[in-house]
Amino acid sequence: MAGLHLPLIEQLVLCLAALVLFTSFLLLAQGRIVSLIHTFAWQGGLLCAATCLMAINSGRYHLLISALLTLALKVFFIPWQLRRLVLRLDIRREVETIGNPSLIMLAGGALVLFSYYVVLPIRELSLLAARNTIAVSLAVILIGMLMIISRRKAVAQVIGFMSMENGLFFAAVVATYGMPMVVELGVAFDVLVAAILFGIFFFQLRAGIGSLDVDHLNRLHEKDQ
Amino acid sequence: MTALYLTLLLPLTATLILAVVGHRPLAGSLNILFALATFISAAFCALEVFHQGSMISPDQMFYLDAFNVYLVLVNTLVGFTTAIFSRPYMAHELAIGRVDAPRMRLYHAMYQGFLLTMLVALTTNNLGILWVAVEGATLATVLLVSLYRTPESIEAGWKYFILCGVGIAQALFGTVLIYFAAERALPGRDDALLWTVLKEHADALEPTVLILAFVFLLVGYGTKIGLVPLHNWLPDAHSEGPTPMSAILSGLLLNIALYAVVRYKMLIEPALGNHLPGYLMMGFGLLSFCVAGLLIHRQRDIKRLFSYSSIEHMGLMTFAFGIGGPLATFGGLLHMIVHSLTKSAIFVTVGHAAQLAGSQKIANIRGLIQTQPRIGWCFVIGTAAIAGFPPFGVFTSEFLLFTATMKSWPLLVIPLLIGLSIAFAGMFRQVAPMVFGEPPPGQKPVSANMLPVIFHLLLVLWLGIAIPDVLARWLDQATILVVGQGVL
Repeated sequence: MAGLHLPLIEQLVLCLAALVLFTSFLLLAQGRIVSLIHTFAWQGGLLCAATCLMAINSGRYHLLISALLTLALKVFFIPWQLRRLVLRLDIRREVETIGNPSLIMLAGGALVLFSYYVVLPIRELSLLAARNTIAVSLAVILIGMLMIISRRKAVAQVIGFMSMENGLFFAAVVATYGMPMVVELGVAFDVLVAAILFGIFFFQLRAGIGSLDVDHLNRLHEKDQ
Repeated sequence: MTALYLTLLLPLTATLILAVVGHRPLAGSLNILFALATFISAAFCALEVFHQGSMISPDQMFYLDAFNVYLVLVNTLVGFTTAIFSRPYMAHELAIGRVDAPRMRLYHAMYQGFLLTMLVALTTNNLGILWVAVEGATLATVLLVSLYRTPESIEAGWKYFILCGVGIAQALFGTVLIYFAAERALPGRDDALLWTVLKEHADALEPTVLILAFVFLLVGYGTKIGLVPLHNWLPDAHSEGPTPMSAILSGLLLNIALYAVVRYKMLIEPALGNHLPGYLMMGFGLLSFCVAGLLIHRQRDIKRLFSYSSIEHMGLMTFAFGIGGPLATFGGLLHMIVHSLTKSAIFVTVGHAAQLAGSQKIANIRGLIQTQPRIGWCFVIGTAAIAGFPPFGVFTSEFLLFTATMKSWPLLVIPLLIGLSIAFAGMFRQVAPMVFGEPPPGQKPVSANMLPVIFHLLLVLWLGIAIPDVLARWLDQATILVVGQGVL
């Protein structure tokens, strides 16, 4: 029960980490596109709050800049852009039926266990709070991957992709108090460009195959004649 | 150092200029000029490193040693010759209406942008920036893969984007783990992600974290190398984009990802004190080599055929660096050069052949030698070179690799030889009718500039007959950097 003796701020970070993981599961199960985008924005918000707390706790104020970047990109810009695209493509009301939801949720749970198992050798090294948070961040990355695999709609795949990116950012913040500033900026730039490119791709997909359903992407494979 | 800054600034300037004027008729020539200037300044860089040894920029952002500077030189050379090919090719595509003016602008700007990201990835001293640049290279090319806006090319672009994005995310997690280990060993330093700093303190890093990091890095950058089973995006992306893009994707980008993995292996293996990273690379490499050789037989599309050959060769190189002795490493480094040169030459030829036949389907391409002998002969010779026929450089490097394998892992030579002959059979079975078959009636020659191809093939021939002393010593220096001892 060592957790009870943690300083308040670390307990808060742990609590936020749990909430980030919870939003990951929400994303995994959510079929409505607009709610998906909102949940993603909430995940970004939680991440931003956790980063601010870490910055104050450790006295490394450059983390506040990272938090600001997250706020601007993942809470406002990307959800806003996705929402705008969804409205313009008029797919707001589409609901994706997720095949085998209970199995996917169980797989998500298994991924969390797996993440804890993977970081087992590392966590001996580290501070108490970091033990859990690194495992959680790896779980968020893997659940994002599971989401990309299990979803058939392009928008949902993009959200899975961006949620993986959230997991990576979280890992950097909790494991090492953020990457060096120049790397942080570079990664943020890549994410920004990726978000814009995804938007362009939605239109290309719509124009090229007439739908945003990636099941229709099946022309290229090794086939016998 | 000035030469290095120039090498990076030139493609940056070119990207910005071509983003504005890339649709004008002179853009193709401008593209060639900038690529040539970049190549010349890269040559100065290489000379400087050759005479003075490793260099680091005053702000520690960039680092050059024998290992990366030779890849810089190969990259800029192939970038230049492919630009020469790209001018008439893209003019033809514009004339037949497959692309329009805005897409030409996008194409030219991103051609240079792609060269820039690759050069940054090679020369940076910061392992985080290495990741940013490799991801940047994906982003620069993803719209080029879907440039033709056919359903197939959009599918290829989407797959490329998602699969490489997911893969490369694993590499970023690996990088975070490396930084984590470095933070524990060197507390309170913000330069702990610099290659030079990490290399110096490699012994102090925690081994359990390092091995975990290497697994993530290998999966991440391995996706980009095209290692089986993470290779699904590669044949699609390389076959659906414009052919100059296929040439530099297959010839150059794969090398960059392999470079990243080898850099990490240089760091991690001595720190671990065991050979685990090497075993992992050998396993993935051998699997890719054999599976790609088999899949070559099933291809119906000429560019997909040679994409699988790229996977096969990348697998072989990964295997070579995995074995890790001086001889294998020397062979691997040499193979990187000859594969880049040969593969880009083949893609250039294939581009002309496809324009000639009006199709990329192998079944529709027939009688190249009768219609246009220069294309036909270059195609045969290029294929012979890539399959590893004796007078060419690919034979030399593969021979070195097999000798090294024979020394340390005699039994593994058997799957290597079988894989090689399967791939060889698959390639020639498909290429022979394309070249020697009866041409369809009414097939006309196209305007083609075969000089870059001939130049590349002559270089490969030269490397096969006699590696110049300068290059041999240079590769030896790089081998010493990678494994600690040379072969000469």
